[in-house]
This record gives sequence, C-alpha cells and structure tokens, in this order.
Amino acid sequence: MNTIASLNIGEIGYISEESLEIIPLKLLEMGCLPGAEVELIQHAPLKDPIYICVNGSHLAIRKETAAIIQILKSEI
Amino acid sequence: MSKNDIKIALIGNPNTGKTSLFNQLTGLNQKVGNYPGVTVDKKLGKSKLSATQNAIITDLPGTYSINPTSLDESIVLKTLLKKDIAASPDVILVVADVENLKRNLLLFSQIKDLEIPTVLAINMVDQMNRKGISIDLSLLKKELNTEVVLISARKNEGIQEVKEAIIRCHVAAKASPLCGINSKIDPDYFENLKKISPNYSLYELWLMVTQNNYPDTITKEEKEKLLSFKQDVPKLKKYQHKETIYRYQEINKILKKTYIVDKSKAKDLRSKLDKIFTHKIFGYAIFFLILLIIFQSIFDIASVPMDFIDGVFAELANFTRNSLPEGVFTDLLSEGIIPGIGGVVIFIPQIAILFLFIAILEETGYMSRVVFLMDKIMRRFGMNGKSVIPLISGTACAIPAIMATRTISSWKERLITILVTPFTTCSARLPVYAILIALIIPDAKILGFLNLQGLVLLLLYALGFASAILGAYILNKTLKIKARSFFVIEMPNYKLPSFKNVFYEVVEKTKAFVFGAGKIILALSVILWFLASNGGNEFNNVEQTVIAKVENQNLNQEEIQQRIASTKLEKSYIGMLGKSIEPAIKPLGYDWKIGIALIASFAAREVFVGTLATIYSVQADDEDITTIKQKMASEINPDTGKKRFNFPVGMSLMVFYAFAMQCMATLAIVKRETKTWKWPLIQLFGMAFLAYVSSLLTYQILS
Repeated sequence: MNTIASLNIGEIGYISEESLEIIPLKLLEMGCLPGAEVELIQHAPLKDPIYICVNGSHLAIRKETAAIIQILKSEI
Repeated sequence: MSKNDIKIALIGNPNTGKTSLFNQLTGLNQKVGNYPGVTVDKKLGKSKLSATQNAIITDLPGTYSINPTSLDESIVLKTLLKKDIAASPDVILVVADVENLKRNLLLFSQIKDLEIPTVLAINMVDQMNRKGISIDLSLLKKELNTEVVLISARKNEGIQEVKEAIIRCHVAAKASPLCGINSKIDPDYFENLKKISPNYSLYELWLMVTQNNYPDTITKEEKEKLLSFKQDVPKLKKYQHKETIYRYQEINKILKKTYIVDKSKAKDLRSKLDKIFTHKIFGYAIFFLILLIIFQSIFDIASVPMDFIDGVFAELANFTRNSLPEGVFTDLLSEGIIPGIGGVVIFIPQIAILFLFIAILEETGYMSRVVFLMDKIMRRFGMNGKSVIPLISGTACAIPAIMATRTISSWKERLITILVTPFTTCSARLPVYAILIALIIPDAKILGFLNLQGLVLLLLYALGFASAILGAYILNKTLKIKARSFFVIEMPNYKLPSFKNVFYEVVEKTKAFVFGAGKIILALSVILWFLASNGGNEFNNVEQTVIAKVENQNLNQEEIQQRIASTKLEKSYIGMLGKSIEPAIKPLGYDWKIGIALIASFAAREVFVGTLATIYSVQADDEDITTIKQKMASEINPDTGKKRFNFPVGMSLMVFYAFAMQCMATLAIVKRETKTWKWPLIQLFGMAFLAYVSSLLTYQILS
C-alpha cells in the first residue's frame, strides 16, 4: 500500500478517495483533499517529520500521520 | 472607546501578513489584554477609519479554520460565536495571502456563513507579477458577494481602501452566507437543525453542535434540542469532512473564473533555500550557528547596556542618598525602590535582543524550518521543535527565554518548556559557580591540556541541560493536559523581515515584561530590602555594640564600617531567618551565614557572592573576588575545626544552585506567562525540594 510516507524526495502522488474519512479534519482544511497532488519535498532524519506540498500548501506532518494517508502513484 | 466605534475582528491564516496589516491600521495604538480564563494575549488596537469614524480592532490568533484544534484557535470560535456580546464584532476583516488564496478562502467561506458583514483583504499583491498571478477583482467581489480589497500591507498599499471598505460594509450591514452548508450534505438533517432557532444562522447552529460551544444568549430549550443533534458522533465527523470538501469545491468553482496562475512565470526561491535550510547536515549546522549567534549576543552584546544600566541606577541611588535628608523614606528610595526598578530595567537589553532575533526568525519563515528539524528530537520529551530556542537562551537568562515560549502553540508543550527552562545554567549562576570552583577545585590540568576548573564548569552546564531534558520527560508523562492529537505546521514562503513588525514585536515583548513581571520583581525587592535593613532591638543598637567591641582593636574607619554592616545583616530579619533555617541546612553542610546568603540571593542568584562579602566584612567588589575568596577559604567550621568551604560543602552548594529556583524575576515572569500562581509555586517548591535532596545526598556522600 502506498502512503505519503512511502514517497521519495521529489516524488509525486495523488491522495486516494478512500483516505477521506481517515485524514484529520485539520489537514483536510489545509488542502489535503482526496484527488490532490502531493509532492514530497524533504524529510528530516529518520523520515520524520515529512515536508510536503499539497494543493499549493507547504506543510510538515509527522510520519505517523503521513503513513495513514493512502496515495496513488498516477492521477485518478 | 466610544459607542460609535466599529468593532472589527481581524482574522486570517497564519503567515498572511495579518500582523503587518494590524500594525498599519493601528500604529502604536495597541494594547495587550486578556481573554477570560485562558493564557492567550488579546491584542487590541485603535484605528482612525475616516475623519468621523474610529474603530477598535481585535487581532485574533492566526487560524486555518473556525474549527479549533488549539487554545489560540478556540479564541476565534468563541469571539465569533458571540460568547461575549459586548466584544462581538460588527465587521470581520479577513486577511488572505494572494499566493494561497484557495486555502485562505476556506476560512473566509466559514466566516461568511456566520452572516456577519465581512471584508476580504487579499494581501501581498505586490508579489502577483513575480508569481504569475492575475485576479479578476470585480468578478471575485460578485462571486464572493462581499467587499474585496487588494493590499500590500508591508508596503502600506491599499490600507486606505481597506478602511473605506470597512465603513461601506458596516453601513450596508449586509451579510449573506457563501456556501450554505445544508443542500449537498444532508438536506433533512440541516433543515431540522435550522428550525431550532431563527436567532442564529444555520452555520452558527452547526458550530454549536460540532464544537460544543454556545453563545450566552442561547436558551435552555434551544440548547437541549442542539444536544440531540450531536448524539451520533461518527456522523458529525463525516458531515464535517463532507462540509470541507464541499467548501473547497465551491471555492474552486469561483477561483476558476477569477484567479489565474501562470506557473511558468513563478520563480521558486523557496525550493532552493529549503534545500539548504532543511538539509540533513547543513540544515542543522546553520541552525546551531544561528543559536550560537543568539547566545553570544544575549551574553556579550547585552552586557554593555546592562553594565551601563547597573551603573546608572547605582549612581541614582547614591545621588538620592546624598541629596535627601537621612531617614526611612530615603533608605526605602535609595536601597529598596531604585535598585528594585534597576533590577527590572537590567533585563530589558537581553529581552530586546532575544526578541529581535526571534521576530526576525519568525518573520522570515525560518522558524518553521527549525520546528521541522527539531520536532523528532524534542517530541520525545514532550516539547516542541521551537523549545530549543528557550532552552538555549535560558543559558543567558531564563526571563527572555520563558517569554520566548510564546511561539509554541500547544499549551502542554509550552508549559513543559516554561517549567524546565530555569534548569539551564543562566548567567546569574556563573558568579556563584566561579567563586565556589575557585575555592574547592584545584587549578590543575588533567591529561596535560584540560583545565580541571573549566571541566567542572562544563559539567555544571551539562547538568543543567540534562535536568531540563529529564524534567521535561517526567512532566510529559505526569501532566494531564489534553494535547493536540496530531501535528501539522505550515512551511511559509521565505520573506525579508519587515522592520516595522520586528520593531513592534520587540516593543510589545519589552512592555509585557516591564508591566507584567516588573511589578512583582519590584515588590519582592522592596520586601527583601526591608527584611535586610530592619530587625529587632539588637539590630537598632548594632552601631554602639560594634564600636564598643572593637575599641581596642586598632581598626580604621573603613574596617569598622564593614564590621557594622556585617553585624547589622546578622541581626536583621534576614539574618534571623538565616539563623532559624540553620538546623534545616546543616545536613547540607551549610551554616547560618550561608543560610543568609541563600535567602538574600532569592533576589538574584549572583547576590549570593555580595551577601557573603558583607557577612564576612569584606569590601564587595564585582571585579575582584580575591579578598572574598581568601576570607571564605579561611572560614572555619567550628564543629569540625576544618575549613567551612571544603570540597563536599562547595559541591553541595553548586548542586543547590543548579537546581533551586533562586530567582524571583523568573517566578514573576512564569506568573505573567501562565497567568496563575499555580505553576510558579509548583516550580518554586518542586525545584527547592529537588535542590535540597540533591545537595543533601551530595554532601553526605562526599563527606
């Protein structure tokens, strides 16, 4: 299963529709919507936290959160 | 504030230049107040909108949504839900960043649905060309059904238009929802919700249900009905998610027509800088370099104005003593109040310098990168990536360090940082350590190059850090505060800091210290002065007794004066206190003289050396500690017949100063920052207990 946490630096994925109910409301509100393009920009040592760009928002989230948000490697 | 003033709530996402706009609208007409019951500062400012119309602007904490996940954000909800009718806004001014308009409009759409007159100010429009953005303003106004103004707050452009739009909006008092949450989610459910009360907008009722927050005006019946809507929690959550998706869909529709980005034009400075600043090696190297610069500045640069302030207040005290008639009032002024005020003012250079750096780090967007780099490490100890800054600046002084915890948004992480910061070895401990190390540690080299005295000092610094980290770990496990369940921070664009914003930040923080903690410091200084300069009958007869005693000893005038000062201190209330605690501190290896110094140094740790100098009747001189050192070295413990300041006693004292909360200024600032006496008192007694036990063990094991 691909999640945001499994992306490599510079790689792009698309948030899957199944993630809708799992994504915390706050992240949703910050633009982390199903179908949105996610780019992994950088990660801190041990891949935690993770720095992503989604829907124009540049966000840092913890690995535990990134690991529950499923992605597809190509656009839906 | 007059009745005709328009009440404006300023609201927006973090990093949208909300503070810049607030500063432009209000200038230095700002004041900081309190929200009832919480530790968040309330920033208010007065603005002249036109020749005849003034406004009171409340700068609400930055938030991404009305649904709060932190204490700061809940303020926004409470203000907008009219918890307090008198403070509820007439007009809401929403600030949005032109580059992130889509996300910013989510908050706008929520606010619009509250059906309060709203003005949207789109900020940083000077960046539009560079980012390849174009906006159809008139169409956007129509689609959003509100006043929209393009501004550039840093460049002071569009501010007049904002003022005019606010007045127009206030006069029209027109407010209609933007999204209308009902239709797409569950028409029946929301139709029933709306029936509860005609006094509130549907979205307000929905917020009461989801956020469990009610206006004061709500009736019992209405509340009961609302409660019935929140029984199915998973359903509520699902609807909230759906609501957000729906809002974004509506926003996308509007932006498609009105907002165009030509990505080929966008030059990306951010990704280049991020490659360096968040790099696994360079990122940390740069951060530690910045920490080093901050540390050096508050340690070294601040010492120049601090010495100056010290000198000025000493002169002022002298001048007062010499020019006013002798008496209690003159003493109070020259020995209590003036040094007390000096003791407040002396902190200003360090606070100003630290906040100069912090404001710059925040303004440039670098602070978020610090959190990114440090989060993993600090999280283990229940702290925030930003906690590193207070912990490091605590090695200069805990006062500005504790104020610096303001930038931490999670209350639990901030409280833990506040509570453990005083463990770090501040500069006031240095004179105490210096004299004790000189007394008990031989000036020798080990392995041929390591200075033993320097090594001990280094170990004391390490002890400070270790106890801070360990303390945080324990507090994290024991403090029962509901923490945010997950972590997300925005990594804003890099920007040049605005001089005005940095300046206002420094002024505001300095004012907060002087008027918040300053009063307490001054009051405690006067109390300590009173205790040291008053006493019973014996105290009043000290001069005669001493002169009679030393008659045959051939002492010069100066030596007699020193003897009097020392005996006076012994017979004062502080002296009595010192003697009365002797049984308690004897197991630590201390006598009543050290007891007096311990109590007196509650004013500030470095007072320990000066007090001992007075007790041992030597001229106290900051520059030269040789005399006091010799005196301390020759002091004999009558019980053992050996030196008083031997190795176990010296070590025990250093351990005591490493752990004890021997600083009333820190207690005052913790009171100011946590807004209750609970935490400073826990700190005082907790740290005193730890200090006592550790010193006891140190002394008993070593001797």
